[in-house]
Amino acid sequence: MKVSVTVNGGEIAAEVADRTLLVHFLRDVAGLTATNVGCDTSSCGACTVLLDGSSVKSCTVLAAQADGRAVTTVEGLTDGSGQLHPLQRAFRAEHGLQCGFCTPGMVMASVSLLAENPAPTEEEVRTALEGNLCRCTGYHNIVRAVLAAASERRSS
Amino acid sequence: MIPAPFTYRRASSVDEALDLAAQSDEDAKFLAGGHSLVPLMKLRLAAPSTLIDIGRIGDLSHISEADGHIAIGAMVTHDQIARSRVLAASVPLLADAAGRIGDPQVRHCGTIGGSLAHADPAADLPAVMLALDATLVVRGSSGDREVMASDFFLGLFETALAPGELLTVIRVPKPASAGWSFQKFSKRGIDWAIVGVAVQGNNVALVNMGSTPLRATATERVLASGSGPHEAAANAAEGTNPPTDLNAPRTYREHLARVLVRRALEEAGSRA
Amino acid sequence: MSILGTRVVRTEDPRLLTVGGTYVDDLRVPELEQAARVTFVRSPVAHALITGIDTSAAEEAEGVVAVLTVSDMDDLPPPPPDSGLTGTEGAPLPLGGHWSEPLLAVDKVRFVGEPVAIVITDDRYQGEDAAELVSVDYQPLDAVVGFDEGLASESLLFPPAGSNIAVSTGMPTEGAAFEGCEVVVEEMITNQRLAPVPLEGRAVAARWADGKLTVWVSTQNAQIARFILAGALGLDPASIRVVAPDVGGGFGAKVGVDRDALIVAWAAKHTGRAMRWAETRSENLLSMTHGRAQRHRIKIGGRPDGRILAYRIEIVQDSGAYARMGGFLPFLTCLMASGPYDIGQVETGYQVVVTNAAPISAYRGAGRPEATAAIERAVDLFAAEIGMDPAEVRRINLIPADKFPFTTPCGATYDTGDYVSALDKVLAGAGYAELRAEQARRRERGDVLQLGIGLASYVEITAADADGGEAARLVVHDDGTATAYTGSSAHGQGHHTAWAMLVEAELGIPMDKVTVIHGDTDLMPAGVGTHASRSLQLGGVAVQKAAVEVKDQARRLAADMLEASEADLELDVERGIWQVRGDPATSMTWAQVAAYAGDAGLTAEVNYTDGKPTFPFGTHLAVTEVDTETGKVRLVRHVTVDDAGTVLNPVLTEGQRHGGIAQGVAQALLEEMVYDPEGNPVTSTLVDYAFVSAAELPSFELLVSETPATINPLGAKGIGEAGTIGATPAVQNSVIDAVSHLGIRHIDMPLTPARVWAAISEARQGR
Repeated sequence: MKVSVTVNGGEIAAEVADRTLLVHFLRDVAGLTATNVGCDTSSCGACTVLLDGSSVKSCTVLAAQADGRAVTTVEGLTDGSGQLHPLQRAFRAEHGLQCGFCTPGMVMASVSLLAENPAPTEEEVRTALEGNLCRCTGYHNIVRAVLAAASERRSS
Repeated sequence: MIPAPFTYRRASSVDEALDLAAQSDEDAKFLAGGHSLVPLMKLRLAAPSTLIDIGRIGDLSHISEADGHIAIGAMVTHDQIARSRVLAASVPLLADAAGRIGDPQVRHCGTIGGSLAHADPAADLPAVMLALDATLVVRGSSGDREVMASDFFLGLFETALAPGELLTVIRVPKPASAGWSFQKFSKRGIDWAIVGVAVQGNNVALVNMGSTPLRATATERVLASGSGPHEAAANAAEGTNPPTDLNAPRTYREHLARVLVRRALEEAGSRA
Repeated sequence: MSILGTRVVRTEDPRLLTVGGTYVDDLRVPELEQAARVTFVRSPVAHALITGIDTSAAEEAEGVVAVLTVSDMDDLPPPPPDSGLTGTEGAPLPLGGHWSEPLLAVDKVRFVGEPVAIVITDDRYQGEDAAELVSVDYQPLDAVVGFDEGLASESLLFPPAGSNIAVSTGMPTEGAAFEGCEVVVEEMITNQRLAPVPLEGRAVAARWADGKLTVWVSTQNAQIARFILAGALGLDPASIRVVAPDVGGGFGAKVGVDRDALIVAWAAKHTGRAMRWAETRSENLLSMTHGRAQRHRIKIGGRPDGRILAYRIEIVQDSGAYARMGGFLPFLTCLMASGPYDIGQVETGYQVVVTNAAPISAYRGAGRPEATAAIERAVDLFAAEIGMDPAEVRRINLIPADKFPFTTPCGATYDTGDYVSALDKVLAGAGYAELRAEQARRRERGDVLQLGIGLASYVEITAADADGGEAARLVVHDDGTATAYTGSSAHGQGHHTAWAMLVEAELGIPMDKVTVIHGDTDLMPAGVGTHASRSLQLGGVAVQKAAVEVKDQARRLAADMLEASEADLELDVERGIWQVRGDPATSMTWAQVAAYAGDAGLTAEVNYTDGKPTFPFGTHLAVTEVDTETGKVRLVRHVTVDDAGTVLNPVLTEGQRHGGIAQGVAQALLEEMVYDPEGNPVTSTLVDYAFVSAAELPSFELLVSETPATINPLGAKGIGEAGTIGATPAVQNSVIDAVSHLGIRHIDMPLTPARVWAAISEARQGR
């Protein structure tokens, strides 16, 4: 079937198998490979993107379900002038990534978290990220990054 | 990791969804949020030949307040339920439980209708429906019918939905008592409940203590006779048939049921 | 002011945060444009004879290019002879001969997930469909599950071997060491099987063209991978190029190149078409190597005043179906058995058994977490037996700071350390006395939520394979930039940042002008890679030494250019300028000096082989809260000293400690790879394998301690695995401590609610 998705502000349309997962549409059709597949049971969150502004696990969403809707991936976070999103800046400043595989999903989940809860406590951050698994960082600096970004956005 | 091939159809209304189902093979499934169904399909534990996407049917996405009850469209997501001011005010048990399903991404997609129709005994909302004495409205080719929550869950992944029928609205009576509690016991925050308890007033429902959600009827009888949480919780496991699995032997679940029912009743009591 | 030792954010991050890393499955290079997809057909049974494989239906399926089984593998060299147990942690150590592991299964399968056939399709989605159509007939055999069935050897995985016991070192006769010990405590403990679960699973792409095999693989060791490929496929290493692109975590399970990747590489050569494969998580949990899986009989003896005199550990290592590195890991466990303590008599020994489970290999710590978990349980058991504070027992027995280097009865020589200071720092940092007071208050009140305080003091061996050395090549270009080629192979550790810091510190070339290249055997043929926490102390030192050589060359060149004597030339490192001392008018930039070097270039190549194993150490303290009505455990605080010598970049070191701690906690509380009695994996997805999430962990409290190594100019030991080694026993001891007042003395890991509840329930019934 024909699927057309607005990805990071641009339309991507293609004829794809009905069973195509959104994550594969993004990686293979849109050519945006930052979003990763880390599991097959919707557990790890490495595939997290925004669908109409809310975080979803793109491995569990059919491309067909995203037809006519808007998806944002980490590649779409940097603004037009190349300025990094506060979360991207914070993840770097706080060493919230090591191998980087979980990072795009982790960042997008954090974007969604801060959109819904601009002033989270540490506990709220940890609970909100329970669907995003990381093996490298132990989450300590990821939490710091999210809190730092939240704090920066509030003061700006 | 990849579902077996299927045909995707999209319905723009409930009637169209029913028509599409009637036209498809018997194994056709409705696709709501997809977060119960798609994971099964990816592991090839389910392989329907047709998926009928009901995600765009606006009629199914409302929460409305009427006299004495709240009507929740089947396609309302867990996240919408968790954030609903109407539900926070009138049915906080439901808002709280929905807000603790899975993780935020799952809650953005998963729907109350999808969860109830899937009827996983480890899911939270079916038990919450029992505790709330909810009514489920089902539409089929011959029109609408109402099913009490207590008649809806028939067995493991089995409901009163006939093939081709669609759950459309969940009607939750506004509870008489302000006392409520939701206890969800799991190893990790993201896990299914090893055991869960939903209390609304003197209604006590159990998650994962059998092949369907169950009312803790023995406990409710003791409560009705005027006893307190401790006594009432003592036989919380009576009449249940909890599984033994990786996370818990049966006896441990029975023990947890007693502890969690007591805690739930104590918490509900503090709110009443 | 040198940049070394300062907090520097990573150069790797901008790319990773904006366009993402390029992992194997992300590669969109021209060579792989026509690549076919490989899908594995794997055994669904743990132990069986293969009596037939019918690929005909699969061959007819849409998009299928070929279906290959062992019968197609007629172009492979014979398997290598018995390699014995020599070798280093740096390469998989298969036991050859009877115990050989094939590529595709031959006539038998020995674990669920073992590869039996491959289906090659044009695209990924078709692969799973076609794989379902491959029909394999199995004649089931009795499965061997767990240590006892392995030892009993009733059902044999390798009948010609006559036993499932692949290695047996024997044990010293029991008795002598413990005579004279007034207090003796014994226990059987299990260090459970774990799955490494790097977020990126195994992935490989391969292309055979013009007599050359190019393999892109998610590996920790491109150079070692090349040699393994050469051996397995019967090729000259010179005809193989291995590229490690970005690697999404390894943790020891991506050392070298895995059997399944070898199959894919072979398929590319066999068919002449480029191949790619990226495993699913289920495949990863079933068939990537697992970790740990040791059972210990421990015995500790000493005096009532707290002095430990003897320790004995008998190890059974479950190596899974094939004794790869699992055959070697208990050697490391025995080497580190006595931990940071001065114990007069230490008796160790091990047996390695094969079982119908996935093979065991390195997993963060690789043999040393097991040693520490055992001795730390033993110390706590001893402390409980004599009624002494476990902190005090440790203090009495830790090797004093003035005794280094210290050679243990196990044969390890610990280089530098201050173990008592580490213990004291952690006790002070945690507020130990107040924690004990709070614990006492809760016990007095009979609170439902009881507090546990657990300690673990540890020492571990890093760069155990230091004799393999590490290579570096540094080039300064005529535009003033530099390229550092390293044999190290980062998969999250931040080497590019650290090596650039080293170049800047030595040469004054700013970090943003330094490019670090790793993981490509065409660009860097020599190298060992990243495992055993060896990279900074070997690879980093090699880079620094190359920089020093470049500096010496540059001095000669600059002297020539300036017509001055070398002795008068100095490098202003702050500005990266060469000049004659006291004569600023004579300044030369690196660009100028490099240009002057001409075709010869300004380059130095170092193979640093003077390193030796080093011994980081520390203490962890874990505070847990146990709900005594349900058995649920909450980790409240985790305080550590992890001393790996001089810290190059605290940002990177802290990150390694955090990640290590999280994995250590996960072993203690949550994770276990479980097989049922028929050898079927029960924890085959991330729903059931309880990988720790952010919600289960607190933020960690890291204390600073730097006791330099003396063997290398950086003063560096390895930090990569230390956190894991210290964390697991601290948490286990903490939970047991929380319920010790109920009479509980031991609970095996993972300390799930069900396990803890069972111990509480049993203890209460016993009263």
